[in-house]
Amino acid sequence: MAAGVATWLPFARAAAVGWLPLAKKTMPKPPVDKKSRSDEILIVNVSGLRFQTWKNTLDRYPDTLLGSSEKEFFYNEDTQEYFFDRDPEMFRHILNFYRTGKLHYPRQECIQAFDEELAFYGIVPDIIGDCCMEEYRDRKKENQERLAEDTEAEMATDVPLPPNSTPRERLWRAFENPHTSTMALVFYYVTGFFIAVSVIANVVETVPCRPPKGSVKDLPCGEKYSVAFFCMDTACVLIFTFEYLMRLFAAPSRCKFMRSVMSVIDVVAIMPYYIGLVMPENEDVSGAFVTLRVFRVFRIFKFSRHSQGLRILGYTLKSCASELGFLLFSLTMAIIIFATVMFYAEKGTKGTNFTSIPASFWYTIVTMTTLGYGDMVPNTIAGKIFGSICSLSGVLVIALPVPVIVSNFSRIYHQNQRADKMRAQQVRGRGASSALALFTHLSLICKCGFFSPQDHDSDSAALCLKNRSSFEHQHHHLLHCLEKTTNHEFTDELTYSEMCMTESVGYRTSRSTSLSSQQVVSSSCCPRRAKRRAIRLANSTVSVSRGSVQELDTLQVLKSSAVPQSRSSLNARTEDLKLNCEQRDYTAAIISIPTPPANTPDESLPPSPAVPGILRNSRSISSFTHETVKISSL
Amino acid sequence: MGLVMGTFSMQSKQVDYRKDKVDDDLEMTMVCHRPEGLDQLEAQTNFNKRELQVLYRGFKNECPSGVVNEDTFKQIYSQFFPHGDASTYAHYLFNAFDSGHSGSIKFEDFVTALSILLRGSTREKLQWTFNLYDINRDGYINKEEMTDIVRAIYDMMGKYTYPALKTDAPKQHVDAFFQKMDKNRDGVVTLDEFLLSCQEDENIMRSLQLFENVI
Repeated sequence: MAAGVATWLPFARAAAVGWLPLAKKTMPKPPVDKKSRSDEILIVNVSGLRFQTWKNTLDRYPDTLLGSSEKEFFYNEDTQEYFFDRDPEMFRHILNFYRTGKLHYPRQECIQAFDEELAFYGIVPDIIGDCCMEEYRDRKKENQERLAEDTEAEMATDVPLPPNSTPRERLWRAFENPHTSTMALVFYYVTGFFIAVSVIANVVETVPCRPPKGSVKDLPCGEKYSVAFFCMDTACVLIFTFEYLMRLFAAPSRCKFMRSVMSVIDVVAIMPYYIGLVMPENEDVSGAFVTLRVFRVFRIFKFSRHSQGLRILGYTLKSCASELGFLLFSLTMAIIIFATVMFYAEKGTKGTNFTSIPASFWYTIVTMTTLGYGDMVPNTIAGKIFGSICSLSGVLVIALPVPVIVSNFSRIYHQNQRADKMRAQQVRGRGASSALALFTHLSLICKCGFFSPQDHDSDSAALCLKNRSSFEHQHHHLLHCLEKTTNHEFTDELTYSEMCMTESVGYRTSRSTSLSSQQVVSSSCCPRRAKRRAIRLANSTVSVSRGSVQELDTLQVLKSSAVPQSRSSLNARTEDLKLNCEQRDYTAAIISIPTPPANTPDESLPPSPAVPGILRNSRSISSFTHETVKISSL
Repeated sequence: MGLVMGTFSMQSKQVDYRKDKVDDDLEMTMVCHRPEGLDQLEAQTNFNKRELQVLYRGFKNECPSGVVNEDTFKQIYSQFFPHGDASTYAHYLFNAFDSGHSGSIKFEDFVTALSILLRGSTREKLQWTFNLYDINRDGYINKEEMTDIVRAIYDMMGKYTYPALKTDAPKQHVDAFFQKMDKNRDGVVTLDEFLLSCQEDENIMRSLQLFENVI
């Protein structure tokens, strides 16, 4: 893309010859290009693989390592080549970016390695072409999630206790990670045992035991051995209460702990017992009492502290909430529709089970989930037809969201497995000493003498300036020629609308582009002129202090809504040139916008009248600096 | 059972979708045009071998098929003038470049025109410009053609100009042009009138030298 635009600029400038007979004014002088025109082939040696390319190709993106003078640091005088000790496979893609203007992400490469290479060569990943952007983003997100989980897991387990931790902290740690101490492990197993006992007791007490002597009816065991069961229940509840209170005491943040799911389960598990103790043995409330006993079964959820699979299931259901919601919604819709249909189809039959639409709900549910109990069956032919349609559609509706839930579950499960494996291996020093590596690398480089000293820094910096702006110089010159031809200047929307407003006031000015020369008559024009002068001066000062403005990592989407700026900066905003004319697209390098003072002598401004303008327009300057991250398609 | 069906359906969907696209792409025929040899081009134009090489490399990079059609041309040209609408002027330019009226610009056309514009004599440049203005190629520039051209140029400026563009600005421009160029006041400008008037104008002559060192 960049290649195209740069190639066709000479043609566009040549075509400007067509305007010459029409021009009312003289054309401005073209920018002088001092650098030598002949192109040379550079050799880039990446870990032994030699790449050769034209110098112009690399110069297209002057804000990257290879396009700027930074590559001189890697120049090897003896072999007359640029040596990089990096991955040659990756370099292929980097070089292709220079050649074609499109950065592609190779699918088989690791996303982190790719990012590191890009960072080294000074290329911003956001300019990856559309073809590969999707894949890149997905991989990046996945990688980030993984990293976040890993750091979390690491922090949770590997952090050793500081030596002067309070007993409270030690206790909390013992609860959260039972593997750390034997006491914690013992407690863990004891509570697990008691949960199991409690659940089994709840189950067994409803089994019918042999009736005691003198009675015929079978009694449930709970009533036969009520004392024994009561003692067991009391013991379990005591243990659970003790555990809950200890956790509450040890928790670093009590409010957060009380709101957590596990604590709610704990409370729900032990409350029924206490409520049962408190409530009198009243016949009226015994119904409610029985209901409370149902909640005892929630003790089984306490197992989720002990079992990871249960936790994973919980996470899966939580993460698939939307799919489950959709499933429920579609099922409800289908149930209502089919129940209504079946009801009206079977309405005529004598002694039918389909007594009302809600009664038909039961039939519909049983049929759609392919259970088919057979307690309600249609008798009419229409009923049977609709019944079969119902069962077929039930299969479809249920099958739809299930794969999503399954894939979610498998992803979470695998992630957990990986975390466990890593915890077992106790990998240390992850993300380790990249700083250390850098230092060793640097020292090696210094030792091997690849560092070729820059003896003409200023020249190369100036050359850099020239390089990165020659395209703009020429483009500005072209636009300036157009302005001269039509005797109008480019401006932006804001200034234009201001102008329209002041024109009605009878504002007239003599047509002139040399702003410095004229203190124009009417008062209304001066503020605007001063502002434009100030902005132009700001431009040139900013271009001088380019270091502060230039940011390699920020890209901004350019909007056509205006920032009050002069023509030159406005023209420079056109630098995001791509063949499909979309202002939103990016190419790699980011430059600040220098005003080319050389070719427009009338723009040299006396600084003094503009100073108040600058003060007044500090806002515009600051907005300008934010806007200055622009893109060059060199 | 629902599970099984669901999983199966998910797997099989992905395969078929891709196939259609590939076929479509293959149908876009590989129109390829190769230019004449380097020596011939060097003889025909005022560029030397090196310059031709640089030009061709850029051209080929951008248009691998070797030709530029009008839409691409308009797109490219519009890149340089984002403020306004450059498509009309690009249309006229395209016709001026496409000397063979084939509907596409080949490298030879490209390089021939560039050679005239950058390295030609003033007479050749002015002739080329005359051809550009003479839209219907009848040897005369009349007011309508000129108005079209001037309007196209003003379109490139866009809406936001300083001072604001008046609607009759192109017309005034054209009138001024005819005032200067049309010597015998017959309402059309011939090639000779054009050449004569331009050679009399110092500004134009000087500006023509400006674009020498574009390459």
